[in-house]
Amino acid sequence: MSATTAAWLVLAAPLAGTVLLAALFKALPGRSAGWIGTAAVALSFLFALVALVKLQQASPAHRELTSTLWSITRSVGVNANASVLVDPLSVLMICVVAGVSMLIHLYSVSYLSGDRGYSRFFAYLNFFVFSMLLLVLAGNFLLLIVGWAFVGAASYMLISFWYRRTTATRAGIKAFVINVVGDVGLVLGTFFIFRHTHTLDFVATFHLAPKVFASGSGDVTAGCVLLLVGAFAKSAQIPFHTWLPDAMEGPTPVSALIHAATMVTAGVYLIARMHPLFQLAPAAQDVGAIVGVTTLLIAGTIGLAATDIKRVIAYSTMSQIGYMIMAVSVGAYAAGLFHLMTHAFFKALLFMAAGSAIGAMGGEQSLDRMSGLRRALPFTFVCFLVGGLALSGIPPFSGFFSKDDILAQIGSHGGWYWGLYVAGYVGALLTALYTFRMIFRAFLGEPCTPARELIDHGHLFHPAQPTNPANGEIEDSDVGFPGPDHVIAERALPMRLAMGLLALLAIGGGVVGIPKTTSWLDRFLAPTFADSTIHLYPSNHLIYLGLAVGTAVGLLGILIAWLVWVARPAIAPAVARGLRPLASLFEHKWYFDELIDALVVAPSAWLGRFASNTFERLFVNATLIGGTTAIVRAGSATVRSAESGFVRYYVGFILVGLAAIGLYFLLAS
Amino acid sequence: MSIAWYLAVSALIFAIGAGGVLVRRNPLVVLLCLELMLNAANLALVAFSRMWGNGAGQVFALIVMVVAACEVTVGLGVIVAMHRHRLPVDLDAMRELQG
Repeated sequence: MSATTAAWLVLAAPLAGTVLLAALFKALPGRSAGWIGTAAVALSFLFALVALVKLQQASPAHRELTSTLWSITRSVGVNANASVLVDPLSVLMICVVAGVSMLIHLYSVSYLSGDRGYSRFFAYLNFFVFSMLLLVLAGNFLLLIVGWAFVGAASYMLISFWYRRTTATRAGIKAFVINVVGDVGLVLGTFFIFRHTHTLDFVATFHLAPKVFASGSGDVTAGCVLLLVGAFAKSAQIPFHTWLPDAMEGPTPVSALIHAATMVTAGVYLIARMHPLFQLAPAAQDVGAIVGVTTLLIAGTIGLAATDIKRVIAYSTMSQIGYMIMAVSVGAYAAGLFHLMTHAFFKALLFMAAGSAIGAMGGEQSLDRMSGLRRALPFTFVCFLVGGLALSGIPPFSGFFSKDDILAQIGSHGGWYWGLYVAGYVGALLTALYTFRMIFRAFLGEPCTPARELIDHGHLFHPAQPTNPANGEIEDSDVGFPGPDHVIAERALPMRLAMGLLALLAIGGGVVGIPKTTSWLDRFLAPTFADSTIHLYPSNHLIYLGLAVGTAVGLLGILIAWLVWVARPAIAPAVARGLRPLASLFEHKWYFDELIDALVVAPSAWLGRFASNTFERLFVNATLIGGTTAIVRAGSATVRSAESGFVRYYVGFILVGLAAIGLYFLLAS
Repeated sequence: MSIAWYLAVSALIFAIGAGGVLVRRNPLVVLLCLELMLNAANLALVAFSRMWGNGAGQVFALIVMVVAACEVTVGLGVIVAMHRHRLPVDLDAMRELQG
C-alpha cells in the first residue's frame, strides 16, 4: 500500500463510520454506536501510521506525494480535482488528529453513556474527524475550503448538541457565524492567489508563487491577510475569539477534541501550509505574529479571572494557539507544529480530566463551588496535574520543550522580535498562574459536598433537579442535557484508558523535539519546509538560557499560585479589590463581547429592525402591496355597485345596450 | 300590405312586453311579458318569411315557440316552488345575488 492509498483510506474510514451511524442510529443497541465510531477512527489512525511509515521509507526529496481520484470540475481556467497532498506536514497532522480523536472517542463511549443522543453524537463526531482529515490532507484550495467549512458545520452541530438548552444553541450560532466570517476570508484570499497563479493545486501554486508575485506586492499581502482572517476565526484569535469560550456549552469530549486539540489548530496548519505565500508577504506575517502575541497575553489574563473550569481551559487554549500562530508567523514552522502536537495531548487531557471532575460535581462547572476533589478523584487529579504541568512548561513534560523551542527561535530572529520573546515568557508566567489557580481551587482545600459524598459514601453526587450549569435553568426534558447519570474517570475503564494514554503522551511527547539531542520532529518536517526562505538557528546560549528561564518562570508561576490560592487565601480578594479596574477588565473578558456587540451586532440588529419596521412595513407592505390592493379594491367596489340584485335593472341594461348596438349599426350602414 | 305594418305591430308588442318586464314585480306577469316579447319576434320572423317567400323564418318561429314553452315551464316551476317555500312572490324581494 502506497502512502497516498493509505491517505485515502484515512479519509474513508471516518466517512464510512458517519454514514453507518447516521443510517442505523435508531437500530444500534447499547453502546455499539460508540464502539463503531471509535473503531472507525482507530482504523483511520492505523492508516495514518501506515502513511507515516511509507513516507519515511522514501528519500527526503521524494516526500511530497499527490494523488488524484477524480476530476471535480474542468472548465474555463478552473481545474479542480479530488486530490490529496501527502507530505510530512499533512502526515503529522493526520497522525495527531486521528490519534487524539481515537482517544477522545474512547472517552466518549463512557462519558456520553447516559445521553439520549448517543448515536447522534458519534455520527457527528465521526463526521468532524472526516472533515478535519479532509482539511489537512487537501491537495488543493477547493478541498481545503470544503474541509474548512465542514469542520465549522460539525463544530456547530456539536456545540448545539444539547439542543434544548438555549445557551447551547446560542453558542452554536455564535460559533458558526464567526466561523463563516473566517470562511469568507479564506475564499477571498484564495481568489487573490488564484487570480495570479491560475491554479488551485497547492504544489503548483507554491512553485508559481515566487515567479508571479513580487515579494510584498499588494495582491499577495491582501491574499495572505485574508487567509489570516480565516485562520484567526478558526483558531479563536483576537478579535474573532469570542465564540470559543461560549463553545464550552458543548459536551466536554467535544471541547477536548474540537475546541482544544484539532479544529482550532487549523489556523496554525493553514499558515504552515501556505508558508511559501506568507514568506512573500512579510506584512501579513507581522500581522499574524502581533495578533498571536496579543491573544496570548489577553487570553492569559482572562484565564486568571474566569470561574468556569472549562472556560479557564478554553482561554488557555486561545493563549497557547497564540504561541503557535506567533511561531508559524515568524517562520518557526517546526516549533509551532511541535507545540500544536504537544498541546493537543495535554489540552485534551485537561479537558477530559475537567469532564471527570464535572461529572463528580453533578454537572457543576464553577470553580467557586469546587474544592478538595483530590481525595475523591485521585486518578483525575493526577491526570489534571500532568496536564497542568505540561501546560505550564515544567520539565520534563512535553509543553516545556515545545514552548521553549518556539521562544528560542523567535529570540534568534532578533530586532523587534525580542518583544515577542519577552511577551512569550510573560505569557508563560500567566499560564502557570491560571493553570495552578484552577488546580489548587478545584482539587485542594476542604472537600465540597459532592466530593465529601464520594469520599464518605462512595457514590456519585446527583442533584435532585438537573440544571443547566451556565444559567441555572432547570433542564426541561431528558434529551437536552447530559442525562441524569454522571460518569467519572474513576468508575469507567474507557475513560481511564483514554486519559492514561494521553497522560503518557503529555509527559513524554516532548521527546521528539529535545533541542540539541533528538530534534526528530525538525528533521521529519524538514522536506516540507525545505523551500522556506527563513532560517532560524538559535545559538546554544539562547537555547540554554530559554530552557532555564522557562523552567524558572513556570515554577515561579506555580509558587505565586500556591501563595495566593493556598497559603494565603486572603491575598486574592485583596489584590482584586486593590486593582479593581484591572480585575473588572479581566472578569469582563476585556469587554470584547460588548465591543463586538456595539460595533457589529448592534448596528446589524438596528439595520435589521429598520429593514423590518420601516422598509418592509412602510415601503414594501404599506406602499407597494397596500397600494396595489387599494386600487384593485376601489375599482371592484365601483363595478360591484352595478350588481344591485334587481332583475329589472339587468334587463334594462341589456335593452339599452342592445338598442345602442342596433343604433350604432343603423347609423353606420 | 307593406311589411312595415307587420313590423310596427311587432315592435309595439315587443315594447309592451319589455315595458312589462321592466316595471312589473309579479313574476307571473313578467313571464307573460316575456312571452309577449318572444311572440313579437315570432311575428317579425313570419312577416319576413312571407316577404321573402321561403319557409326558413317560419321554422325559426316554430323553434322559438318550443323554447318559449320550455322557458315558461321552468319559470312556472320556479314560481310554484317559491310559493311552496312560503317565499314572497315578488321579484324585488329576491335580490340576494348582489355585489
